[in-house]
Amino acid sequence: MSGYLMSPRQFSALKTGLFLLCLVPLANLVYGLLSDTLGANPIEALTRGLGDWTLRFLLITLAVTPLRRLSGLNWLLKLRRMLGLFTFFYALLHFASYVWLDQFFDWAAIWKDIVKRPFITVGFASLLLLTPLAATSTNAMIKRLGGRRWQLLHRAVYAIGLFAVLHYWWMVKKDITQPAIYAVLLTLLLGLRVYWMLRRAGAR
Amino acid sequence: MLIQRPTDILPSEITSPEIYRGRRDFMRTAGSLALAGSLGLQAADAAAGVKLAGTRPGPYGTSEELTSYKDVTTYNNFYEFGTDKADPAVNAGSLNPRPWTVQVDGLVKRPGQYDIDALLKLASLEDRIYRMRCVEGWSMVIPWVGYPLNELIRRVEPLGSAKYVEFTTLNDRAQMPGLRSPVLDWPYTEGLRLDEAQHPLTLLAVGLYGETLPNQNGAPVRIVVPWKYGFKSAKSIVRIRFVEHRPVSSWEKAAPREYGFYSNVNPEVDHPRWSQARERRIGEFRKRATLMFNGYGEQVARMYTNLDMRRYY
Repeated sequence: MSGYLMSPRQFSALKTGLFLLCLVPLANLVYGLLSDTLGANPIEALTRGLGDWTLRFLLITLAVTPLRRLSGLNWLLKLRRMLGLFTFFYALLHFASYVWLDQFFDWAAIWKDIVKRPFITVGFASLLLLTPLAATSTNAMIKRLGGRRWQLLHRAVYAIGLFAVLHYWWMVKKDITQPAIYAVLLTLLLGLRVYWMLRRAGAR
Repeated sequence: MLIQRPTDILPSEITSPEIYRGRRDFMRTAGSLALAGSLGLQAADAAAGVKLAGTRPGPYGTSEELTSYKDVTTYNNFYEFGTDKADPAVNAGSLNPRPWTVQVDGLVKRPGQYDIDALLKLASLEDRIYRMRCVEGWSMVIPWVGYPLNELIRRVEPLGSAKYVEFTTLNDRAQMPGLRSPVLDWPYTEGLRLDEAQHPLTLLAVGLYGETLPNQNGAPVRIVVPWKYGFKSAKSIVRIRFVEHRPVSSWEKAAPREYGFYSNVNPEVDHPRWSQARERRIGEFRKRATLMFNGYGEQVARMYTNLDMRRYY
């Protein structure tokens, strides 16, 4: 196989480094909360910060395949599972922050939000869709499902990407600059896949 | 650590504005000494900071705990200085609140240009502690300084045909970097029904915490309408116009389904995208119930007895 430019030991060090790097945003937010530097509305800042990072990790995960294809660095693929699981991790924390800090376990209000507010509906849908992907991320599960079925299931990530961006877009009051940036990146990442798919279909 | 239930505070334990001001003075003196060398930082602060002498306690006060000066002045929606709530405190240094004139015109007998210094002397300044409820679902308790807008209104003598009052915020790109973004249809425009504008609760505010308004809070002069969502209270105003027809406010123009002309605080009428039933008081952990008319129903409800509040949100 091409693209393995490092030894297993180096790769394992890289993976550990990446793991720790993925925890930095969380550490930053927790530090901000404890040192009271998240501004006047720390609960909102924390919830939104966790949401931002969920979306960022989702896009980073979706960038692995195109990056590998374009760069030829096949080992990138071996980092994808960890990045995907971090997406789920931040999504869970984002949801927990909403349920605990924002709504304080007011389940009636939360349920009303989910069914009544489109931006929360799609946000919750992305979390629900992410769950089976996280649950089937182990090698054993891939084996049990079989590669084809596993892959089919994990294509749900495209819908998750769309819902996640909509979740942000519909939430903002007026200035859509930030969600628009995420939308452009998502379009690019999904567009590349469509382009490659069409090219493959044309070549046949 | 901020994650804690708010303690029940006896009114006697609440810091009085006088003591709070004293603390501010101390901080300021200490700060000036520490910052003596770094003039850049002080320049932005200089616009606020001027103590307003001779204010007297006004009516409608609340014994609720005041939101800290820091939170009141660093968590602002003032899109002329950026759309993030931390932006105005950072960017508003470019606003020059002096000299400043407010044009008062339209359907009045005595239109005129009011210099800010003349406005400050027009009526005696009162300390007014009001709740402020933002349409986004958070709230504060702010000690404003100002006088009823009606003091100005009665001096200009509105004509019988004047039914509404329109407020216009400064529209100067050199002073307000956020105007370069077309996020709203500038200049920022707001409006009230004439009887709302004349209501004794409606304030022409020139200060907070006993000092002139910091730029990010709408220096040098703004409106405060405590029973309506915060965006109805136009900041840094340069024009007050009396008109016959209902003005269309900037937020209403941007999203008429979400921000109506009245925008009275109403826990029963949700924003299309979020609930208005509860709010987070800045500085508190658990949300609290939002009160009808932001708790000013006793004073203002009678103005709306014939109004369908669901339709005219």
